Amino acid sequence: MDAVITAFGLVFQPYVLMVIVLSAIYGLFVGSIPGLTATMATALLVPVTFFMAPIPAVASIVTATAMAIFAGDIPSALLRMPGTPASAAYTDEAFLMTKKGQAELALGAGLVFSVLGGIFGVLVLIVAAPALAEVALKFSSFEYFWLVMLGFTCAIFIAGTDVLKGVVSLLLGLLISCVGLDNPAGAPRYTFGNAELTGGISLIPLMIGMFAISEVLRFASGVDKPAMAIDRPFGNVFAGMWTLIKKYPLQLLRGSALGTLVGALPGAGADIAAWMSYAMSKRFSKEPEKFGTGHVEGIVESGAANNSALGGAWIPALVFGIPGDSITAIAIGVLYLKNMNPGPTLFIDNPQNIYAVFIVFMLAQLLMLPLGWMAIKVAKRILRIPATLLMPLILLFCVVGSFAINNTLFGVIVMLVAGVAAFFMERWGFPVAPTILGVVLGTMLEEHFFSSLIKADGNFLVFFERPIAGTLGALTLLIWGWPLLKSLLARRPN
Amino acid sequence: MRGSDRWVGIGLALLGAAVFWSARAFPSVPGQKLGAGFLPMLVGAGLVACAAALIVRSLRGAAYAERSGSGSPRQEHFGSSLVIIGAVVAYIMLADLLGFLIVAPLCLVACFLAFRVKLSHAVLWALAGTLVVHVTFYKLLRVPLPWGVLRPLY
Repeated sequence: MDAVITAFGLVFQPYVLMVIVLSAIYGLFVGSIPGLTATMATALLVPVTFFMAPIPAVASIVTATAMAIFAGDIPSALLRMPGTPASAAYTDEAFLMTKKGQAELALGAGLVFSVLGGIFGVLVLIVAAPALAEVALKFSSFEYFWLVMLGFTCAIFIAGTDVLKGVVSLLLGLLISCVGLDNPAGAPRYTFGNAELTGGISLIPLMIGMFAISEVLRFASGVDKPAMAIDRPFGNVFAGMWTLIKKYPLQLLRGSALGTLVGALPGAGADIAAWMSYAMSKRFSKEPEKFGTGHVEGIVESGAANNSALGGAWIPALVFGIPGDSITAIAIGVLYLKNMNPGPTLFIDNPQNIYAVFIVFMLAQLLMLPLGWMAIKVAKRILRIPATLLMPLILLFCVVGSFAINNTLFGVIVMLVAGVAAFFMERWGFPVAPTILGVVLGTMLEEHFFSSLIKADGNFLVFFERPIAGTLGALTLLIWGWPLLKSLLARRPN
Repeated sequence: MRGSDRWVGIGLALLGAAVFWSARAFPSVPGQKLGAGFLPMLVGAGLVACAAALIVRSLRGAAYAERSGSGSPRQEHFGSSLVIIGAVVAYIMLADLLGFLIVAPLCLVACFLAFRVKLSHAVLWALAGTLVVHVTFYKLLRVPLPWGVLRPLY
C-alpha cells in the first residue's frame, strides 16, 4: 500500500502533470495528421524523454500514444485518410458516416469507445502484469528462450501475410543485434574495426529511422491531396453515446478483449487489433449488410480494440521485456536507459514505479475525453496545416534527436540507413515489425539459448522438461507445424 | 512486387553467405563447443535458405508475390525522396565543419523546395525551424550541437 501512495506522489507533481498534458496535446496533433503514426510520435519523443526522470519519461510515451491512436480517427472521418494505421480498418466506414451527415456520431463513437477500450486494456494490465510477474520469477533460461521464440512466431504469423518474408525480416533484425561486443564470448562481431560499432547499433536512432524517416520518404515519393468532407461547425459529439453503449455492450467488450489480447502478443499492435476486430464485428453482427455503408457498429468495436491494444502491449513488455508492439519496443529501450530494466524483478524492487505507470495509463484515458473533444473542435484547423511544411521539420527533429542519444553523428548515419532500408522493405513487401523484434530480443535470445544449451549438455529434450517451458515450446512448434499439419489432414480423405 | 523478389533473393543469399562465412572465424567460449559465431551462423544459414525459397517462388511466378499496387495507383516522385536523403547525407558530412546553425537551415530549404513550397516561405520556415530546434535541443536539453565555423561566436 505504501508503494501505491508513493506512486501517486510520483505522478501527481506539477512537472509530471505538465508533461502528461503536453504529451497529450502532442499525441493528438501527431495522430490527427495523416502520415504521422503513433509509433513515429513515440520515436520522436524519445530524444526529449532522454532528459527526463523515469516516470515523466514513461508518462509522456503512454499519454502521447493513447491520444495518437484516438486522434487517428479524426482524419478518417473528415478526409478518408487514417491519421494512424490503427484507424485504417474503419476509415471508409467513418467517412461514409460523415457523408451521411453523421460526423458527430462517428467521431464521438471513436472518442468514447477509445476511452472505454483503453480503460479495459489498462485494467487487464493492472491485474495481469503483477500476476504474471509472480510466475515469471520462477522462469529459467528455458522459459525465456521459448517465450522469445513464441514472440518471434507471433510476429511472423499474425502480423504478416507472407511468412517467408516475415522470417527474412526477423533474421535481418537478429543480424543487426549481433553487431558489437555484447555476446557470450565478448568478441567483436561485424564491427569492421569501427569504435562506434563495438557498442552495438543503438536502438533509438534505428527506431527513429525505421518509423519516422521511412514515413517522410514515403510521403516524399507520392503526394495525395484529400478534400475535407465537412464544411459546417461540429455539433455535440457526445450526443447519443449512452444509447450506443446500451446498444452495443457486447461489441465493446469483445473489441476490448480481442484488442488487449492482440496487443499483448508480440509483433502485433493496435492496427492489427483494429482490422481483426472490424472483421469480427461484421462476422457476428445482426446486420452485417450495413457494414461498409457508414454503420457505427464496426467503429464501436474496432475503436475500442485499437486503444485497448496499447495497454495489452505493455503486459509482456513490463513483465518479460518482450515488446507487444512497435511502440513498446521503443518504450523498452527507454526503460533500459532509465535503469528501469523490464522483468519480474521490476515489480518487486520498484513496485512504486510500476504503480505509477498504471496511474499514468488511467489518467491518460480519462484525459482523453476532454482533450479529445477539444481536438475534434479544432480538427479542421489542424488538418489544414500542409504536410509539406511539417515533413522537413520532422526530418530535422529526427536528425538532431538521433544525434542527441550519444552526441555523435554516427547515430544520424544509423538513422538514415535504417530509414532507407525500412522504406525499401515496405515497398518490397517485407514487414518491419519482425525486424524490430529481432533487434530488441536478439541479445536476450542468444543469452538464454546459450545458457540453455550449456545446461542441456546436448540433450535437446531438456528444453521441454519444465512444465511451462514445455508448453511454450510445444505451442511454438505447433504454430510452425500447423500449415503442414493442415495440408496433411486435408489430403487424408482423398 | 514487379519481380523484385528475385533480385532481393540474390542479394539476401549473398549477404547470408557472407555472414555465415565470417561467423566461422568468431572465437568460441572457453570450455564450450559454441561461441560468438553460433547465432550469426544460424542467421546466415537461415538467410541463404529463405533467399533460395524466395527465388524459387518468384521463378514459379507465385501469384501472391505479385500483389500489384495495393490501393489506388498514385504518381510517385522519387526526386523529393532523393533530396531528403541528400539533405541528411549533407548534414552528416558538413555539420561538424560548418556547424548546425548553417547546415540545418540549408537542408531545410532544400527539402521545402523539393516539396514545392514557395522560396520565400521555405526560407522563413527553415529559419524558424532551425531556431526552434536550436533552442529546445541546445539551450533546454543541452545537446552539444556542433558549432563548426561559428565557434568564435559561441
